[in-house]
Amino acid sequence: MSKITSLADLKKRREELKSGLDIRVKAIDPENVVQVKVAMATCGIASGAKTIMEFFLEQLDRRNIAAVVTQTGCMGYCYAEPTIEVKLPGQDPVVFGFVDLKRADQIIEKYIKTGELVDGIIPVNYQTIDLKE
Amino acid sequence: MSKYSMHLLVCGGTGCHASESDAIVCNLRDELEAKGLMDTVQVIMTGCFGFCEKGPIVKVMPDNTFYVQVKPEDAQTIVEEHVIKGRKVTRLLYKDPVTRESISDSKHMGFFKKQLRIVLRNCGFINPENIDEYIARDGYLALGKVLTEMTPEEVIKEVKASGQRGRGGAGFSTGLKWELARKNQSDEKYVVCNADEGDPGAFMDRSVLEGDPHSVLEAMAICGYSIGAGNGLIYIRAEYPLAIERLKIAINQARENGLLGDNIFGTGFSFDIKLRYGAGAFVCGEETALIHSMEGLRGEPTVKPPFPAESGYNGKPTNVNNVETFAAIPAIILKGAKWFASIGTEKSKGTKVFALAGKINNVGLIEVPMGTTLREVIFEIGGGIRNGKKFKGIQTGGPSGGCLSEKHLDTPIDFDNLIAAGSIMGSGAMIVLDEDDCMVSMAKFFLEFTVEESCGKCAPCRIGNKRLHELLGQICEGKGTLADLDRLKNMSIVIKDTALCGLGQTSPNPVLSMMDNYYDEYVAHVTDKKCPAGQCKSLMEYVINPDNCVGCTACARVCPVNAISGERKEVHHIDPAICIKCGACMEKCKFDAIFIN
Repeated sequence: MSKITSLADLKKRREELKSGLDIRVKAIDPENVVQVKVAMATCGIASGAKTIMEFFLEQLDRRNIAAVVTQTGCMGYCYAEPTIEVKLPGQDPVVFGFVDLKRADQIIEKYIKTGELVDGIIPVNYQTIDLKE
Repeated sequence: MSKYSMHLLVCGGTGCHASESDAIVCNLRDELEAKGLMDTVQVIMTGCFGFCEKGPIVKVMPDNTFYVQVKPEDAQTIVEEHVIKGRKVTRLLYKDPVTRESISDSKHMGFFKKQLRIVLRNCGFINPENIDEYIARDGYLALGKVLTEMTPEEVIKEVKASGQRGRGGAGFSTGLKWELARKNQSDEKYVVCNADEGDPGAFMDRSVLEGDPHSVLEAMAICGYSIGAGNGLIYIRAEYPLAIERLKIAINQARENGLLGDNIFGTGFSFDIKLRYGAGAFVCGEETALIHSMEGLRGEPTVKPPFPAESGYNGKPTNVNNVETFAAIPAIILKGAKWFASIGTEKSKGTKVFALAGKINNVGLIEVPMGTTLREVIFEIGGGIRNGKKFKGIQTGGPSGGCLSEKHLDTPIDFDNLIAAGSIMGSGAMIVLDEDDCMVSMAKFFLEFTVEESCGKCAPCRIGNKRLHELLGQICEGKGTLADLDRLKNMSIVIKDTALCGLGQTSPNPVLSMMDNYYDEYVAHVTDKKCPAGQCKSLMEYVINPDNCVGCTACARVCPVNAISGERKEVHHIDPAICIKCGACMEKCKFDAIFIN
């Protein structure tokens, strides 16, 4: 990995990475790339998030769904762990709580495959900041 | 893609469920079925929207229409008017409490603006083990800006102007702290991140380190540049293995990318960060004790002054800030002090992360602007009290804080208001208590923690807290007197005034605030020998109601100490002298004949 040696370097890297993420979404057939984020903080892992993450990695592959499964930190919904966020291309992300294997299966079969929502959605109830100003 | 063109989201949280939201789902489905719309409109039950006060909630997607206080019989109107004719049902829309205008779009509702995530901006959004995602979210840009465009004095001025106060508990101005550390000349200085989060019920620092470790590393480097330090240390408790793991990964990635180490951004500024592990002692969250622990000494506080800014780690000027304090710094630098200072109250700027725990529906982490009221936090964001029970109190600031009662619900939360109300901000733990919690037992519970965690160096804390705990124990057992209540109060005040460090100075807070707010309950324990909440075992008496008892002998058979006597098919009797109040008989009785007096 090359070192970042100046601020201009960092900005260049950021642009590359940003477009890199875009490419990840756009380059492949956009209708088929799904992003799944699993909340993997201590609370999530204690409630079984690891199993859920493995399930998504394995099953999305097995069911031939092009998807990116990543881990992330605590979403704050500790009462509803394990929680995952699924972003279908071109749509707003949806957060699901209380994800056990059965619900994970439903999410793949119903939400990811057909866009049909399943129980356990946690509505977004916060605003976040945009650092650019 | 979806064959459905419209989604009806119905809240299935406890609060809405209690107000028949399941009947709304049934009715909506029936209506849609009757109109032949089952294939185009889908009804989904969701988790709590957090807006329980106005429940049940029905949200129509994709147009984001938000209906409140919906009744099962409204299902027909929603389907006929909104779904078929596309007209919003005005009478079910949320009305702005001030302007009385109907708001249809949830994005414009004040409620959804109540949570604002600055510290948690990346938590649950980026992959914490991948520095690229942090950089893609403008990570390390603030460090770059500081190193190339600002002098250390300008950075400190900016942080001071933002009005940020330390999130570790005491609420000291961050900028002022940095300024003091900068003024002290030395060949070596240190930046320390206090990640020794020890309050029961607080876990925001852990979540930030696990979810967004780079934000803390970046801020430490910014601090290093400002005060003239080249070394950073993170003091983290060994009980946080995942946070440690992610920090290690983050530090390595930052070094590989040249964002930590020598000559950062080619500016000649060098800064590196190392981890130091704590063994999980509460007192080590106090900065002097923390520094001693890092030096390999006993984790005991020393008298200030000298402040760490003069003589800290290895006798060198040291700046100690909390995780949450650091995590907000990059945002302050990039968006400016003015922006940060525009959020919050007059003397407490920005947002605060709170960890909601206890008898509350939405246990979790929230971030709200300072000045949000306790009522908004508990009933709107937190979803209210579990199992429909009544709110009794809220312990803010962990065992060092106080318990606030119903009369404080509309107090805007900030550093000064909490102190005025007899509590503290602390690290932001909020433990919600309901009608079943006994305020004497709770005070005893928190004291137990401080007695256990006292380092033993000064007498007021070591001996005084122990005596307080004993007194509370006696009161719980029904052996207390009215004079004991005065003794409790006087001793608490003496400990507060004379203890060496923050731990001892704040440990009597739960006792004092609970006695202030729930004095009747304390009196009931000592004069009537009764525990109104029914928690103190010694003050309870299990009694058999002769009207309900059928003499089945089930209770007598299950009693482990043979305290229950009575012939078959005759009313039984519990001997209070033998009874150990285990409750087994009450659990066994099928006729509700046993109750607690």
